[in-house]
Amino acid sequence: MRDVAIIGIGHTKFGRASKTSLELFSEAALQAVDDAGVDLKDIEALFQGAALPGFEEGQVMPAGFSAAELNLDPIPATRFEGACASASVAIRDAALWVGAGEYDIVLAGGVEKALMMGTPFATRTFAMSCHAPTEGPAGLTFPGVFAMAARRYAKNYDMPLDTLREKMASVSVKNHRHGALNPLAQFYKKLSDLKVEDVVNSRMVADPLTLLDCCPFSDGASALVLCPAEEARKYTDEPIYVLGTGQGSGGPLSKMEDLTKPVSRISSAKAAFKHAKLSPKDIDVVEAHDCFTIAELIALECMGFFDWGEAAEATAEGQTDLGGKIPVNMSGGLIGKGHPIGATGASQVYWIVKQMRGEAPKGNQIDPVPEYGMTDTLGGDFGTLCHIILGRGKRE
Amino acid sequence: MTGKEHEELEKEYTVLTYADYEAGIKEGKLLGLRCATCDKITCHPMPVCQWCGGRMLERTELSGEGELETFTVIRVPSEGFEDDTPYIPCLVKTKEGPSVVGRLDYDTERATQDLLGKRVKMSGAYTYKGDKFSGGAHTCPVFGVIE
Repeated sequence: MRDVAIIGIGHTKFGRASKTSLELFSEAALQAVDDAGVDLKDIEALFQGAALPGFEEGQVMPAGFSAAELNLDPIPATRFEGACASASVAIRDAALWVGAGEYDIVLAGGVEKALMMGTPFATRTFAMSCHAPTEGPAGLTFPGVFAMAARRYAKNYDMPLDTLREKMASVSVKNHRHGALNPLAQFYKKLSDLKVEDVVNSRMVADPLTLLDCCPFSDGASALVLCPAEEARKYTDEPIYVLGTGQGSGGPLSKMEDLTKPVSRISSAKAAFKHAKLSPKDIDVVEAHDCFTIAELIALECMGFFDWGEAAEATAEGQTDLGGKIPVNMSGGLIGKGHPIGATGASQVYWIVKQMRGEAPKGNQIDPVPEYGMTDTLGGDFGTLCHIILGRGKRE
Repeated sequence: MTGKEHEELEKEYTVLTYADYEAGIKEGKLLGLRCATCDKITCHPMPVCQWCGGRMLERTELSGEGELETFTVIRVPSEGFEDDTPYIPCLVKTKEGPSVVGRLDYDTERATQDLLGKRVKMSGAYTYKGDKFSGGAHTCPVFGVIE
């Protein structure tokens, strides 16, 4: 396999968009192509994450239309769907195909327009990535799944639920503080000064998770240009290398041994570390899938950044903020930046690349610039997991 | 077509269908599958054993008793569940081993963390009438707390 590099990145403003998904994705794609300094004619294949376009705009097969929208047809264009991890699995496959030598220059990313669906219908469509036969009639929602995991976390570690709620709230406080500094974030210049009690006392969504424990519904797109590592410096002085990827699958909640230790996430992260020949102590920055505050804690423990049961206290102590042991979600994460589900994995990679170029917004940039970064993306209730490890230098 | 090929075409891979499983719940029975290879119980039904992947399965009935692993109180529901709200989805570890997702029949205002680990027993069925996307109505077990 050849090594692969990211040579161009694009990202629309997240939030409420009046443009169509095709327009949003095209904007991100054109930014990425311009950033890479490649011509549209150079793109050999399109790998596009999109989770729910049929429900949002009545559009199935969006990848073909996205290719056509950019006058790229008839190149192969494929939609990848892994619920909220759709873009990450698209990027992983793009890297594998370039690595395999099938293509040289490809476009990968994702798009979603979830906000326009409104909360009741959006909640319904998001819940479609729960196990429909068993979790459907029980009326589980996504906040509901993670609320159940939060209760289990408190029970496993013999922690009063109110204590856990306060520690979870520190995830929201941190991610909103950084999201407020990010001009592309849904909550730019908003909620910058949240307090733990604001999170704990906001509207209850699924007990014990409140509205401020949850990421929002969002519209947006993000895209990347990938090429073989040995070609990358022809296009850019600052290629960012894909050092390792992993992917894992899970099943219905009822088949999980422990909701706080999803095997799909543990095995996906392990595969990425093995591929990259790195370990958690090598990583300088993480974009983790904080769809809910508890989700960030579970993610960090599964990836090996903290021992089981220790991420909650570590987060409350600031170990996941700038200057801490491992800065997490300096973009604002899903909670502060927004979560257009089909685009999120590409957005996570975008913000790791920005960190490595030293171009993150003031107040979010890690100094010195990180050498190694990692993304963690979760689809469904632990049904699709994907991890991508990036570096400023080539793989050893 | 030879007889053997015809037999293969007719072969039934599903020992307990989901429809039969749901029909059982409506009759107050929690049905599952016993694996001849590892002797463990699979529930809800799958085409292979949920523990070892074994394919020699036979129908069995679970006691419906277990322990409450976790739950939540839904305050912001999906479209279609407004009339139920608030309600309590739960995860129950059955005495026989497998966990089952269902509803908990309990006062939502009194449902607190100390319920975790309580003994529960299947007390009924909840059928969601379904919407355009659900492939018809579906049924899950309802559990009651043994005080």
